Amino acid sequence: MRYEKPQTVAEAARLLSAEKGVARILAGGTDMLVQMKSGMVEPDLLVDIKALPGTRTIVKEAGGFRIGAGVSGAQLSEDADLKAAWPGVVEAANLIGSTQVQGRCTMVGNLCNASPAADSVPALVAAGAKVRVAGRGAGRDVAVEEIPAGPGKTKLKKGEFITSVFLPARGARCADAYLRFIPRTEMDIAVASAAVNLSLDEKGVIKDARVALGAVAPTVVLCEPAAKAIIGTRLDDAALEKLAAACSAAAKPIDDKRGSVEYRKDVVGVLAKRAARIAYTRAGGQK
Amino acid sequence: MSVTVSTTVNGDSVDFVCAPDETLLDALRGRLGLTGAKEGCGTGDCGACSVTLNGRLVCSCLVLAVEAEGQEIATVEGMAAGETLHPLQRAFIDHAALQCGICTPGILVAAKALLEKTPDPSDEEVRYWLAGNLCRCTGYDKIVRAVQAAAAEMRRA
Ligand SMILES: Cc1cc2nc3c(=O)[nH]c(=O)nc-3n(C[C@H](O)[C@H](O)[C@H](O)COP(=O)(O)OP(=O)(O)OC[C@H]3O[C@@H](n4cnc5c(N)ncnc54)[C@H](O)[C@@H]3O)c2cc1C
Ligand code: FES
Ligand code: FES
Repeated sequence: MRYEKPQTVAEAARLLSAEKGVARILAGGTDMLVQMKSGMVEPDLLVDIKALPGTRTIVKEAGGFRIGAGVSGAQLSEDADLKAAWPGVVEAANLIGSTQVQGRCTMVGNLCNASPAADSVPALVAAGAKVRVAGRGAGRDVAVEEIPAGPGKTKLKKGEFITSVFLPARGARCADAYLRFIPRTEMDIAVASAAVNLSLDEKGVIKDARVALGAVAPTVVLCEPAAKAIIGTRLDDAALEKLAAACSAAAKPIDDKRGSVEYRKDVVGVLAKRAARIAYTRAGGQK
Repeated sequence: MSVTVSTTVNGDSVDFVCAPDETLLDALRGRLGLTGAKEGCGTGDCGACSVTLNGRLVCSCLVLAVEAEGQEIATVEGMAAGETLHPLQRAFIDHAALQCGICTPGILVAAKALLEKTPDPSDEEVRYWLAGNLCRCTGYDKIVRAVQAAAAEMRRA
């Protein structure tokens, strides 16, 4: 295996597209190293993106936040402005692993590892986040939900990689929240998860919403019927029931020892209701 | 193929040669003779290999040795000042917070990182911070008590 730590995006793209064997990106390595050790992947070339310009910083841009692809969970938790604007995204990213894992893990690595249970992904999708994809040609911005193709697979083409993720500007009375269910209290993989992002008008009526579900399908689910169920309401009980039903209906989970299909469908609805209540309260809504 | 890595470990500049896919844990133990960090699992689950990388707590089993190039590493070997133990090390002995000791270097490094950030943590904060450090023998109550005793002493100092 060769290890390269390019200083420019162009050099990284050149290395990746020139490689004839298996090429992989290294961000925080918390998935990559585990997979290399188990023999699941045997890269011929590993390209560390952490020296590329902008990959280690969180920068304000157009009122939003551009987060480099090498920014760790711990770094996210220390950015007060980011936490105030996008508490759900930060809490989702901070659920990944232990303190030690937080020291290294990135949201883009979480996305590109493409586990259906990746914690930060539903929160990013609900937030309407976009990733910047680099490659040999011009860079492009892609919605987060367009990246996963299935368990362990992304839609990125050979030689392509992500340099940053962008979270849009926040107006007044906006908030997000993320919840997952795990059998333990820490260090476990989500059985089901839900992220809700919403904005309210002056009267506390939901103007806009996005709801995303994790661990209940091969990829993250952006659940439009669930958003429709709460838009135009003040999150009354009837709206919450409709939200839960829409989430349960959209869930196409697997059956395994961690949870049956029926259980996961039910739990994802409950989590969406609770996340919606948290987001609503955070946005300043009163009931 | 092998690569030369120049890095700083516990304040000292060091150079070593390693394979590009070698972990920092293996390099610390095998190349530098720093056997404080232990391999419990090799997959990020147990925390026995905890070190800091530029001040951030990480699992050295999930860091490549080549990534240490130009960076600063701190391990349990750097905690004591000569013969004088760090307050955390003394508290672990005084409160019998170790038995076999395999988990102890990792827990000490992790607890030190916690107290630098949060000098007066609640028990719950200690438990969450150390959730990635597994101990099979001592039980976590004694470990939490030792961390709190050291924290109290360090606040007085
Ligand atoms: C003990 C432990 C506990 C964990 N707990 C959780 C958990 O609770 N929830 C959870 O969701 N995950 C968990 N994980 C998995 C892992 O930590 C996360 O998926 C993490 O976010 C991966 O980020 P990374 O930067 O370490 O990725 P890496 O390991 O560096 O990369 C992961 C994958 O993404 C690719 N990749 C990385 N960056 C890019 C990029 N910029 N462009 C294109 N491809 C890229 C890599 O090639 C690789 O295939 C855990 C892992 C461990 C070891
Ligand atoms: S050996 Fe690194 S976490 Fe267990
Ligand atoms: S003292 Fe033996 S594992 Fe902790």
